[in-house]
Amino acid sequence: MKMTINKIARLTVCATLLLAACSQQSPVVSTAQAQLLINGAGSSFDNPAFMLWKEAYSKTDPNVQINYQSVGSGAGIKQLVSRTVNFGASDAPMTDEAMKNAPGKILHIPVVAGAVAITYNLPGSPALKFDDATLSGVYLGQITKWNDPKIAALNPGANLPDTSIIVVHRSDGSGTTFIFSDYLSSVSHDWASKVGKNVSVNWPAGVGGKGNEGVAGQVKQLPGAIGYVELAYAKQNKLPVAELKNAAGKFVAPSPESVSKAMATATIPDDFRFSMVNAPGDESYPIAGASWVLLYQKQGDAKKGKTLVAFLKWCVSEGQKMSPQLDYAPLPDSVQQRELKLLDTVTY
Amino acid sequence: MGVQMTTTPASKTPAANRAPSGARLADRGFRWLCLAGALVVGVLLLLVIWQLLRGARLSMDRFGWGFFIGKTWDPVSEEFGALPFIFGTVVSSIVALLIAVPLSVGTAIYLTDLAPPRLRQPLSSLIEMLAAVPSVVWGLWGFFILVPILRATLYPVLQKCLGFLPFFQGPIYGIGLLTAGIILAIMILPIVTSISREVLRSVPNLQREAAYALGATRWEVTRIAVLSYARRGLFGAAALGLGRALGETMAVMMVIGNTPYIGLSLFHPASTLASGVANEFTEATGDLQLSALFELGLVLLGVTILVNILAQVMVRAFTTAETRRVA
Repeated sequence: MKMTINKIARLTVCATLLLAACSQQSPVVSTAQAQLLINGAGSSFDNPAFMLWKEAYSKTDPNVQINYQSVGSGAGIKQLVSRTVNFGASDAPMTDEAMKNAPGKILHIPVVAGAVAITYNLPGSPALKFDDATLSGVYLGQITKWNDPKIAALNPGANLPDTSIIVVHRSDGSGTTFIFSDYLSSVSHDWASKVGKNVSVNWPAGVGGKGNEGVAGQVKQLPGAIGYVELAYAKQNKLPVAELKNAAGKFVAPSPESVSKAMATATIPDDFRFSMVNAPGDESYPIAGASWVLLYQKQGDAKKGKTLVAFLKWCVSEGQKMSPQLDYAPLPDSVQQRELKLLDTVTY
Repeated sequence: MGVQMTTTPASKTPAANRAPSGARLADRGFRWLCLAGALVVGVLLLLVIWQLLRGARLSMDRFGWGFFIGKTWDPVSEEFGALPFIFGTVVSSIVALLIAVPLSVGTAIYLTDLAPPRLRQPLSSLIEMLAAVPSVVWGLWGFFILVPILRATLYPVLQKCLGFLPFFQGPIYGIGLLTAGIILAIMILPIVTSISREVLRSVPNLQREAAYALGATRWEVTRIAVLSYARRGLFGAAALGLGRALGETMAVMMVIGNTPYIGLSLFHPASTLASGVANEFTEATGDLQLSALFELGLVLLGVTILVNILAQVMVRAFTTAETRRVA
């Protein structure tokens, strides 16, 4: 009895392993014959855009199949550097050091841009305004009460309770955190020297939630909480969002338009490794950032390379028309033109 | 790890001498197959350790032993220490054990000795079904349903009644070490209960009857005849539950608050080794950060092995003392 069970168990294990091996092989083989497969991996922030784009693009060019794995920016860069994917995607531009260590010159192509919204949980959900000093003070743990004079001065008339502010931040590494800490670093000397900017940082205060849903969930549950989430997420969940004072001294609410405005006024270098936080201009929302597609300037496989560039060109022009339905900001025309020019420099 | 080998069944008696040659061949084949199976597990573990060591090398070179006592986890300045994560892992698991073991053993006693026979099967099936709930579901349930309830009811009461203890001081967020311990306790309940039940079932009925014959009450029978006989097995059940609690990731990540913390308050958000790795691994861009995460994995493996060995040593010390007393 024991023996048969053991045999059966072992046979099943063998069979499953075989099956697993086969099933991993077959789709690659069959699609490679029928269609040209372009593999990409990286940022989960970009994932909704690629889902939408690959569907739409398959109508433009039915011979191409885009396969995007939402594995995270870090993993995306790693896969690009080890050349296991045709393109990577990252919420933070690569550092000079990382670029140097890559086996070839890598181009940064911004494909989507989005806002990071500040949301909170207060009785009656009053409309709130924050400026750079207040927000960094809260996240540094220096402003601890909702009725702090600094918050009250910005929000005359709002009913601010005498309760503790519970700071909520992302616990997982994320592009959202990169944009947010990039903003705090650029407006607060204290933040820049004590904490700095990265996809995950050593938070001076607060509790961590996993993902946008984790942060939003904690803000919703904890009275007196404040948190930051992607704009799309705040909108879908009907969370109250704060207006922020921008570099021009105006209070602006987060929206795809105010992000596009920020992108149009931000200084963008030729390699597109730029930051658009605290951008000048009356209508610019200050906490916004782009997400980049990464590809080698010198493509090895001419056929795949040309297809990839054609797809990316489509993304930064035609594809941008779909951005607002996902609450991304469409790239401004001037930026689109510059990106198309950069894509023309790719060699095969 | 090696201590588990003491429990291998001694069923490999060479009775094949008189069997016909076909059966002998099958026997030999079976033996090789089993050996291969046993080796696969060992080799897998070695490969995992080797890979972890390889990944953690950069961090080990940079921080040395200081990694284990470092309290800072700062991806920006690339300073990494594992102590808060070790603390969170150990404390949340101990809290889980403190809650789960009495509950499980109580349930097991009820199921084996007290429950009416027609209730036993459905009740044990129900408990085993708990084990089928995926970890992420526990996490979501904990986060959206349990946390608000705990924050509004149990925690304020705890703070009011036991607030003089440092464990129940500080602000109440709802998420934190204690909540993680409670979720973990629910998650390890099924395994601890079913093993305890098996252990209690193996207590010979003669033992119980003897106690009854001496005029013992039901409680005395349970205490003297059943529990003391089954002590070692129950300890083993607890150790297995602890092993699960140490490595649990998703559910803990959702309710613990993910803040590196070392301190006495159980209401405070904290972080565990497994949740720390799961949180940062996908977006870790720096080589040193990635390496430090690998080392966290290595530490988790080490902590688990250490705890298992400790449990075994305790079981042994406990049972030898017991037999000496009986003798």
